[in-house]
Amino acid sequence: MVDKFIEDKHNKITVDTRIEGKVGEIDFNTLKSGGLIKQRQKDMFTVRLRCPGGRVPVSKLEKIVQVAKKYAGDYIHLSFRQSIELPYVDYRNFKAIYEQLKQVDQKIASCGPRVRVPTACSGCEYNPNGLMDTQKMAKLVDEQFFGYELPHKFKISFSGCPIDCARTSEMDLGFQGAVKPEWDEETCIGCRICSKACIEGAIECDPETGKPKYYPEKCLYCGDCIRACPTDSWQERTKGWIVRVGGKHGRHPIIGHKIAEFISDEDVPRFIKTIIKWYENNGKGRGRIRIGVILQIPEMWNMFVEMLRDEFGGKIIENPKPPIKNEIH
Amino acid sequence: MEIKIDSSLNLKGVSCPLNFVKAKLKLEQLLAGQILEIIIDTGEPIRNVPRALKEEGHRIVGVEECSDGAFRLLIQKNGGHING
Repeated sequence: MVDKFIEDKHNKITVDTRIEGKVGEIDFNTLKSGGLIKQRQKDMFTVRLRCPGGRVPVSKLEKIVQVAKKYAGDYIHLSFRQSIELPYVDYRNFKAIYEQLKQVDQKIASCGPRVRVPTACSGCEYNPNGLMDTQKMAKLVDEQFFGYELPHKFKISFSGCPIDCARTSEMDLGFQGAVKPEWDEETCIGCRICSKACIEGAIECDPETGKPKYYPEKCLYCGDCIRACPTDSWQERTKGWIVRVGGKHGRHPIIGHKIAEFISDEDVPRFIKTIIKWYENNGKGRGRIRIGVILQIPEMWNMFVEMLRDEFGGKIIENPKPPIKNEIH
Repeated sequence: MEIKIDSSLNLKGVSCPLNFVKAKLKLEQLLAGQILEIIIDTGEPIRNVPRALKEEGHRIVGVEECSDGAFRLLIQKNGGHING
């Protein structure tokens, strides 16, 4: 009896022993890319679609609805990582579904030990808090890294601001938008709005003059001061991504901490490439192990930080903290 | 510099985002360059209202903290320039 997800048996058991010898009707490449999840019901699978950043153009959605009506159940499920899933698909229809979705360039997602579809918040185009373009990056990262085989699953997310809706500390690798503010004394009228706008206590205004004093150690780099200042005396000094590494959720969650600050869009693919290469090399022979578990071993953590410093220099922060267990049990 | 006030709105006790919406509606009745005076509470309102007004393209040309902690803002409707 087979009731395990395909991802667990991938490459170990041939498909024909699982699905009644109907090998000829199955598109092996489609199966291998993952995204096909065995249901409890005989012959039934859930098909997970690839929706980077949770964004689905309406034109694609129309096609997805057509396909769902024809081949799947009477609902779609929104996965926890922002993808559309079509339940109750007979494996005999995989090929037809794959081909019809291909007409609108809608791809199937993945399961298993590889780089997964990146998730992201709605992004800076219309969210007033957004500092960095998360949607652009999710698309780019999906194109460049999706499906890369690794010792275990590898999840990447993008949050546009420190509110961190995409939960970067729970990802194997998370990127969060941030802006470092800079104050111009000349144009400041001492109105104190910035100190009221800052909910972190990083700005205090002089009781006499109203001029602000900035405490960077308390600043989360959200940019509220910049947006609130009536005279534009608070300006953007540096903008970029804060990088967190080694987090995960699941039965034994791990919190990933900040490793780098204010890296540019151009640096993001370099960071991902460097880190997944390290994970690939250092995860070898350890079985199914997440990067956050490896990074909790002190010598591995030191080696990891040193490697990143060689590659990225001053962008790596002083004394970064390794991932820690989030004790929930 | 004396700024001539064209319209006033006391938004004390009016919470977000209604305070902003009321200010916005009032501004719509003004001509470009005219000045609206509003009084808003500290806390959420002072965090959100100036920012939202700026995002709509209006200019905040005067800010004053009142003795009760509320704020008095002078807003110039977008599209105009202040003289004087």
